[in-house]
Amino acid sequence: MKRRTLINIILYAILIAFSIFYLLPIYLMVLTGVKSISQVDLKTMWSLPTSGLHIENFISGFKQLAPNLKNSLIMVIPEAILSSLLGSLNGYLLSKWKFRGSNLIFTLILFGMFIPYQSILIPLVKFIQFLGLYGDIPGLIFVHIIYGIPITTLIFRNYYAGIGTEILEAGRIDGASLLGLYRYIMFPLSAPSFAVVIIWQFTQAWNEFLFAVILTNQAHWPVTVALNNLAGSQLVQWNVLMAATLLAALPTLLVYLFLGRYFVRGLMAGALKG
Amino acid sequence: MFRKFTLSVPRLILAIFLMLLGTIFIYILSKTQLVILGKNLTSIGILASGLIFYSGILAIITMFESETVLSIALLAPSILAIAIFVYGFISWSIRVSLSKWKGLNPDYTWAGLQQFHDLFVNNPRFLIDIRNTGMFTVGFIFGCLVIGLGLAILLDQKLKGENIFRGIFLFPMSISFIATGVIWGWLMNPAVGNRITGINLIFKYLGLNSLISLWHSTPQPWGMAFTIIPAIWQLSGFTMALYMGGIRSISDDLREAAKVDGASEFQIYRYIILPMLQPVTLSAVIILAHMSLKIFDLIVALGNKAISLDVPGIYMWTTTFDGANYGQGAAIGVLMLISVAILVIPYLVQNMRSENEL
Repeated sequence: MKRRTLINIILYAILIAFSIFYLLPIYLMVLTGVKSISQVDLKTMWSLPTSGLHIENFISGFKQLAPNLKNSLIMVIPEAILSSLLGSLNGYLLSKWKFRGSNLIFTLILFGMFIPYQSILIPLVKFIQFLGLYGDIPGLIFVHIIYGIPITTLIFRNYYAGIGTEILEAGRIDGASLLGLYRYIMFPLSAPSFAVVIIWQFTQAWNEFLFAVILTNQAHWPVTVALNNLAGSQLVQWNVLMAATLLAALPTLLVYLFLGRYFVRGLMAGALKG
Repeated sequence: MFRKFTLSVPRLILAIFLMLLGTIFIYILSKTQLVILGKNLTSIGILASGLIFYSGILAIITMFESETVLSIALLAPSILAIAIFVYGFISWSIRVSLSKWKGLNPDYTWAGLQQFHDLFVNNPRFLIDIRNTGMFTVGFIFGCLVIGLGLAILLDQKLKGENIFRGIFLFPMSISFIATGVIWGWLMNPAVGNRITGINLIFKYLGLNSLISLWHSTPQPWGMAFTIIPAIWQLSGFTMALYMGGIRSISDDLREAAKVDGASEFQIYRYIILPMLQPVTLSAVIILAHMSLKIFDLIVALGNKAISLDVPGIYMWTTTFDGANYGQGAAIGVLMLISVAILVIPYLVQNMRSENEL
């Protein structure tokens, strides 16, 4: 019994050591954010605030990033909704209405999820310019929806594959068509999967950088591009930068904190069958 | 396939109406511009009108009572989008990589493999990129696998608070590579003397002066090795989750049986669990490797485009969009694609085969 206790203490010590490693950056961001400006010094980076809690840094970080947070928000919401609808339809058809070659088509779609986007970037820019969508947010939404098709289709397809065909057969006997079965049977059952896909697409688009930096101009930069720009500028104090980084990461962190279960399911789906 | 056809007059009227509507909208949009909230959305409007027209065709297809045809027809827009935006654009990039295009105006003069030749011969920057990517990939995968597997085994010990630890180890996956790069840039601050800060400052407090490091500012080639730390910070939890899924899928009966046969806890892991986790390791390696071959934003935020920390993803970006060297940029993109494809295609094919057998 004693030996077991000793082992447990060691195990906890290791787990706590790793927890410190993972939480260190968050600790630094929060700590720096709540210090008064006079107290912010590189030498006392790790010391606790001594003159009470302050929120000036967050306010000034927010002022810097507010337009970009707004840009990210108006990009991410329509993107997540539209791409989940598209993925749901595709997933339903590819799991329940298989035809000859449907697995091949699915695999070809899936490949789009893995490609380095540098390999399609030049045509993409030219094409978006041709469409007159270059520089602004609608173009970015459009691109995220298109390149989101593989992952959203994958998540929905796996989810629908787990729903038995008996229920669809029962619906068919009642005379429902392909679209009727989707509308009255599958779609109402899809809520958990919609949660997974919407959360996944939200997080992905919020955190994405390459498309954003290439396809938008400064007025329409999402928050990742603005944050990177802020970090590279010499004019910003690092305590403001830390607060701004926390603000930029906050929406997806909150989603993880409250809806982590769904986020992790999306994460695991990306690993195919594992 | 088209043998059965039932004419339904209301559906036919609907189909004609939708197709007409779509055509009229497209005609109007070709004459004027669609501006919503100050944004010129003409092309989005044309696309939407095209979809209205297409739903008219779908209405006709439903009358054929062939579910296969309808299923393919409903998938068609997505298939078309992927065909253009993935396969079409890849082909287009390949064509650009075989051209002399340099400068803002497209120039498709055939150059054969010249762009690739230039990258591999007499281009020190691209050779740095290859070395950096190689170093990053090896260290990153190794670190994630070791830490991920270790944590998964630790959390398999049925300790209290398992969920909390799991949550802590996984949360970095929810934030962007950019944010990770910015924070770790400060944690791994290379300043010395009076301006010492970040993790170096902690080492100084603890008296571990020998550990104080220049981190990713270490002279070439070793600076790149330190960029692995934030990458592992972000993705080791994900690797852990993959392994935890694998461990959970091993039946308790098997472990119990081994215990009854007198196997120690260590032997159970060594001879039963680890061998059964091999498929998980394989997919983890493929996923992590394809991410590290594409690594881009993390290094941008961390290294501020320093050449010593250059990777192909960054080189492609700067040579194409800052240097207007489109031919070379396309060649780098194509090489990145090839490296990822070699890794991922066998995985996808195997995945498809196993599904076809079901």
